[in-house]
Amino acid sequence: MNGSGIWRAPDLSLRWWPVFLRNLLVWRKLAVPSLVGNIAEPLMWLVAFGYGLGALVGDVQHGATRVPYILFLASGSICMSAMNAASFEALYSAFSRMHVQKTWDGIMNAPVNLDNVVMAEMLWAAFKAMSSVTAILVVMLALGISYSPKLLVAWPVLLGAGITFSCIALIFNALARGYDFFTYYFTLFLTPMMFLSGVFFPREQLPEPVRLVSDWLPLTNAVELVRPMFMDTWPAAPWRHALVLVAYTVAAFWVALALTRRRFRA
Amino acid sequence: MENFATAAGPASGRAATQYALHTTASMTERIFEARHLSKRYGGTPVVQELSFEIARGECLGVIGPNGAGKTTTIRMCLGLTAPDEGRISYFPDGPAAPPLAMPADALAIKAQLGVVSQFDTLDPDFSCQENLLVYGRYFGMSSAAIRERIPQLLEFAALSHKARARPAELSGGMRRRLSLARALINDPRLLLLDEPTTGLDPQARHLMWERLQVLLQRGKSILLTTHFMDEAERLCSRLLVIDHGRKIAEGRPRDLIAQHLEPDVVEAYGQGALELAQAPLARLAARVEVSGETVFFYTQDARALLEALAAWPKLRTLHRPANLEDLFLKLTGRQIREEG
Repeated sequence: MNGSGIWRAPDLSLRWWPVFLRNLLVWRKLAVPSLVGNIAEPLMWLVAFGYGLGALVGDVQHGATRVPYILFLASGSICMSAMNAASFEALYSAFSRMHVQKTWDGIMNAPVNLDNVVMAEMLWAAFKAMSSVTAILVVMLALGISYSPKLLVAWPVLLGAGITFSCIALIFNALARGYDFFTYYFTLFLTPMMFLSGVFFPREQLPEPVRLVSDWLPLTNAVELVRPMFMDTWPAAPWRHALVLVAYTVAAFWVALALTRRRFRA
Repeated sequence: MENFATAAGPASGRAATQYALHTTASMTERIFEARHLSKRYGGTPVVQELSFEIARGECLGVIGPNGAGKTTTIRMCLGLTAPDEGRISYFPDGPAAPPLAMPADALAIKAQLGVVSQFDTLDPDFSCQENLLVYGRYFGMSSAAIRERIPQLLEFAALSHKARARPAELSGGMRRRLSLARALINDPRLLLLDEPTTGLDPQARHLMWERLQVLLQRGKSILLTTHFMDEAERLCSRLLVIDHGRKIAEGRPRDLIAQHLEPDVVEAYGQGALELAQAPLARLAARVEVSGETVFFYTQDARALLEALAAWPKLRTLHRPANLEDLFLKLTGRQIREEG
């Protein structure tokens, strides 16, 4: 609480850890059903779209090579899953804890400040994204979609993408007056981004002005980073994509923290 | 339950010894102090020039109508909101320990506070014992140390038989006692209780009061806000009456009543009661108030008045000593307030 104003620097310590542990303990009670969902959903996507649509589409141009559509789709949709899992947790679940159950208020009566609570929620949402991503990777390995050893690098990169999207979602969590608000975020922001970021089809198909916008979307940069690793190659411009994601992350966390402080009048 | 006060280990054991040695001195030993607090929200003053202090083993009650500034005061005491002006200090145990200030030392102060907020913030997904375990971790306590305390705390809260039940399976009184047990997980020196018995039935309220009295006897200090004057009178050694963010009275409950009110009250209601306010017998009372269909006569001695009232057989009368509720209504008025 040193300094003043909602834009002051984050005041963080390791006190976020017991808050993270709290969420982990709740999740452990519900882990089996949520894991079933985590595996079932991508499995259906991959089977329906990858094999069904893939039979119609055939191979897709990726850079200089042509790759099977299911590989193209899988490498993009895993980024989308990271985004959705992180967003869902940082919106609906975090909002329940913050606003409905007043869990945050209880925590802040103990020696844990708001900044650390927000940090814990951010990392927790990223952890949920990570668990989703892991489940999907297992499905992909089981289906034999990719055995690239570079998947070991893709995995932490996807965690990073989860962190980016949980930071962005926490901005909207701070602004929400009710759950309805999140529908706007999903339909007006995340869904269009899914179609503009090269998850389902190559971005070369997009008209030039739209592609210029698409270049700067966080999901585009996550996909561009992760997709080549599924094909056992390295991304062409890894640092540019990573920097864009880091910039989004830092800016979004700062804004989310400031707006949450305003909400709590802290 | 007997060893509960010393359960946190050597530190609180030392505190208990010191307390025994300095029982008389401790009556005036401050552990918490607020000086000239002011807070505005969007230009509207919510708390103005509010000062108070809490001594060891003392229960200070803060009473006032809705919107008087009680919750904002508690939030400032917890460092959740910074006062625009004024200073909040906490005096840690030990002669050499320097005072801590809110909100700069918020975490160090909160490590020694216990809080029961107005609305339960229990975790619905956890059992009673898991609620205590998870909450203790927020204080940096080890799981082993917390697990050692859980049985004593549950016993203190009369919840041993509900250790594995979730909050939704508990009654309102049990949930409040679990909140109290949770607030005690770090063996705090000062408890901040924001309307701890609102919504409870008489049995549950009495059990809560009894538990709080045990804590006071163990040397804990309490800052209590309440809307129940019987609760304030029963628990609080001192009272702070606030309205419109300002302190309007402070003192021991009995002293406040003696200072502001006549000792006897006669309430009269029923047919023709309202006319009595203007009747000659009203001169037998020092002060007359009308509220709704009831006339309140405040008097030094009710005998003459009661004899005179016997001439109105259709009237219903109630003769009683003046209480805190009378004081509260006299100081803050009878009109209904908008919710805070």
